Amino acid sequence: MSDARTAILRRIVEANSSQGTAEAAAESWELLPRDYSVVSQRSRADVLELLQDRLRDYDAAVVRCEPALLTMTLNATLTAASVHRIGIPQGLQELILPAGFEFVIDEGMSPSELDGLDAVLTGCILAIAETGTLVLQSTIDHGRRALTLVPDVHVCLVRSADVVETVPQAFARLQPTATMPTTFVSGPSATADIEMTRVKGVHGPRFLHVILIHDDAAT
Amino acid sequence: MRIALFITCYNDTLFPETGIAVVRVLERLGHEVEFPAGQTCCGQMHYNTGYQDEALPLLPRFVQQFRSAEAVVVPSSSCVAMMREHYPAMARRLEQAGGHDGLSGDVESLLGRIYEFSELLTRRLGLSDVGAYFPHRVAYHPSCHGLRSLGLGDGPLSLLRSVRGIELADLRDAEECCGFGGTFAIKNAAVSSAMLSEKSRAVLDTGAEICTATDNSCLMQINGALHRERTGVRTMHLAEILACTQAYKNAEGPGGGFP
Amino acid sequence: MSTGTALDPRTAPPFPIAAARSLEDSQLRKNVRHATDVIQGKRARVVSEMPDWEALRISGEAIRRHTMKHLDEYLRQFEENCARAGGVVHWARDGAEARALVIRLVEEAVENEGPHNSLREVLKIKSMTTEEIQLNQALESAGIRPYETDLAELIIQLGHDQPSHIVVPALHKNRQQIRELFRKEMDLPELGESPEELAEAARRFLRTRFLRVPIAISGANFLIAETGGVCIVESEGNGRMCLTLPRTLITLAGIDKVLPRFRDLEVLLQTLPRSATGERMNPYNSMWTGVQRADGPKQFHVVLLDNGRTDVLADIEARQTLHCIRCGACQNVCPVYRETGGHAYGSVYAGPIGAILTPQLQRLQHARSLPYASSLCGACYEVCPVKINIPEVLIHLRNKVVRRDTAGLRVLGNPEALAMKAASTIFRSERRFRAAQRLGRLAQRPLERKDAKGEPWVSSLPGFFGGWTATRDLRAMPKQTFREWWENRSRNNRDAKYSAEAPR
Repeated sequence: MSDARTAILRRIVEANSSQGTAEAAAESWELLPRDYSVVSQRSRADVLELLQDRLRDYDAAVVRCEPALLTMTLNATLTAASVHRIGIPQGLQELILPAGFEFVIDEGMSPSELDGLDAVLTGCILAIAETGTLVLQSTIDHGRRALTLVPDVHVCLVRSADVVETVPQAFARLQPTATMPTTFVSGPSATADIEMTRVKGVHGPRFLHVILIHDDAAT
Repeated sequence: MRIALFITCYNDTLFPETGIAVVRVLERLGHEVEFPAGQTCCGQMHYNTGYQDEALPLLPRFVQQFRSAEAVVVPSSSCVAMMREHYPAMARRLEQAGGHDGLSGDVESLLGRIYEFSELLTRRLGLSDVGAYFPHRVAYHPSCHGLRSLGLGDGPLSLLRSVRGIELADLRDAEECCGFGGTFAIKNAAVSSAMLSEKSRAVLDTGAEICTATDNSCLMQINGALHRERTGVRTMHLAEILACTQAYKNAEGPGGGFP
Repeated sequence: MSTGTALDPRTAPPFPIAAARSLEDSQLRKNVRHATDVIQGKRARVVSEMPDWEALRISGEAIRRHTMKHLDEYLRQFEENCARAGGVVHWARDGAEARALVIRLVEEAVENEGPHNSLREVLKIKSMTTEEIQLNQALESAGIRPYETDLAELIIQLGHDQPSHIVVPALHKNRQQIRELFRKEMDLPELGESPEELAEAARRFLRTRFLRVPIAISGANFLIAETGGVCIVESEGNGRMCLTLPRTLITLAGIDKVLPRFRDLEVLLQTLPRSATGERMNPYNSMWTGVQRADGPKQFHVVLLDNGRTDVLADIEARQTLHCIRCGACQNVCPVYRETGGHAYGSVYAGPIGAILTPQLQRLQHARSLPYASSLCGACYEVCPVKINIPEVLIHLRNKVVRRDTAGLRVLGNPEALAMKAASTIFRSERRFRAAQRLGRLAQRPLERKDAKGEPWVSSLPGFFGGWTATRDLRAMPKQTFREWWENRSRNNRDAKYSAEAPR
């Protein structure tokens, strides 16, 4: 036990005139006010519409497709993006991949190897409509974080059943995997550091393509 | 109603015409105005500058002088903010120190009867038209304490809109502080002046003849620049505009023509 | 305004002096005003979309207040959970301990890299906490080169400058100034000045480093006690680069950064982006816990920093200062900050939050003028996403300054305090008050000048009060006070009340 740790914790106890305990903290935490909006206010159709709007606000390209047409849509998207060498995480089924492109499975590429890719194709764990956010976790379908970071083009598959409306809904769904490396992506990287002019794509992919797959029975 | 007037130390000394206007308006509306003797200052300058000990003794005096009032009117939103925000804590401190038993209760009771001038008219008396006539172009500056501490909202503007003949101009960036801030105006005179230059430019851009507000502290600051630059634009407290009628016109600005 | 000197509250000039200098810089004032206008506009738009904004603020405030009340428990939970996931947690009482710790960790990492990668370099993600303890200077003294990777921090670093805003540190610079800097420091003589070209230059300059340098140092926006996780909020992607590509990651975080649970992020990740940059969500948020197999750094260290925070915690009336989530909204709305910019505050924390945080972290030894760097307008309190009552804390700190400056015999050498005590004595008696009023009328006679309308004004006051008349006129005290008018009227018949012209 370091001296610094002991000293700091002791000073906190003195400042609070009480020693913290897990029970007291948990009890008090449960009573915190949470009158903000948690549940969905919009219909499913409106939620999906909202997601598209928000993504387009960020200059992301968005297309919707039925599951059966996924390969065709992917073909069109990758062609339009003029990319050829595309990194994919291990879990992405070979089934859906169109011919005519070079798909490279990420099995621990070095940063410079990642840099040699034109694009990356992944799924996501969920999308938040209100904020236009895609949430990626280091799973077999999204791959490790560096994969969606280094290449300049990111094509992301979103299942409509994975789209939630609000941030609190997203956090409820993410709670079971809260310790996994998680990235919220809301538009391409940007800076407003130069005279407050928003410039896109400093680091991280400059081009984001989203394919929204309708597998949601409700829509 | 019998309404006790707390004139405030700086209005008493520097802007008596505001107090006279308050009396005029309230009497015209059929109320009786009282002026409890012995009143001086609420303690805001001391408290906000960090001299809380020096502000404390002023509280019991104030309570003593106004305790029996049916309602108290104060033509200064910063002074009312001072009372609402700090008098309860000050009362507790004095009680703990000893010799002021029951002061917290007295303060709580009194605070429920204290109104800034425009609040008295709009909230207590439920009025927006007080029979005023003032055919001039006027810009309204919402003072920070009135806006944020007291939440006066649309009250002052609703009173101004009902003034016959008035032309209300839209003030750009109205909610930005004029830069007075009490002793800030002296201790940080350069920044205070920089903030004032933004405000006076906004006032001049409205083309108004007169700038008004609920606080003479702001108006003293704003007029300080408008007069220094010989702009011809004047300031008048809200009460002074509301005091004007067809029979009695006070378009002379501060100090001019009051009875 | 490139000063080259570190923003250090111990050596910075008092605010009134520093501010007066900043006010002379018209380029700075223009840049600051433009930048804050833009962010304020964006913030207003995205906040107006949220019917539950006030409820979010209330929850945010409650979460932070609750956290501070149980801070020791939550820090212990964080440490335990982070360590279980493979992270190493260190504690530092002050800046000196933290600097020494970080340098040691960097040197260990360099050694682990082996002989083929022995360059003593680190990548840095923007962190106010590292600036608070002047980490870069310490690293350089130890022969370690830190590379700032945030565009604004890069601009600051290349220009040997200092940050002037929490969220947009280089807002005091315009594109021409930045282009000159990049031309020189990146050796790009043909560089244009559009923001796009400048950002592209920065992207290329940094990319080679991202792909090469194996050690990174970051701050943290939030530490999650429940999971032992860390959350970083950013826009450019340099954070993601530094958090995932290097092999060693060192995160420095104030002990006030901790949140109880993962779920609490749902509040703050709604209010922080909207308040800070006026976006519904900032481009990238990264959350991770400890060390992950096959994803990200193999070595992860967290340095928990006190550096005066427990002192702030101990001051019950001021501890709400620690609730701050570093959004910068208070700076964007502050009418004082908007005139002077951040450097005038002499600290990496500027604007309203700086005016209360810096004096407390410095235990009021220095930065005593900062609690007075405010007109108490309350705009900051209105926009704070966690409802810190900054004006209340400012007044409390002013009281602390006064008590220190008037202790014992010190008061005798303090003209302001003597004047305040005299004024208080005067206010405690109506008789003395009226005497003072009469005295004032007398004293002003030699200073009165009649203006074109014949009204008496004062345009020059002596001494201390000269600050007013340097730029403003002051109407002379009228010949009759209100209470004198009232007594006059009461003596006379009330019916004659409006007929007599009161003498001026």
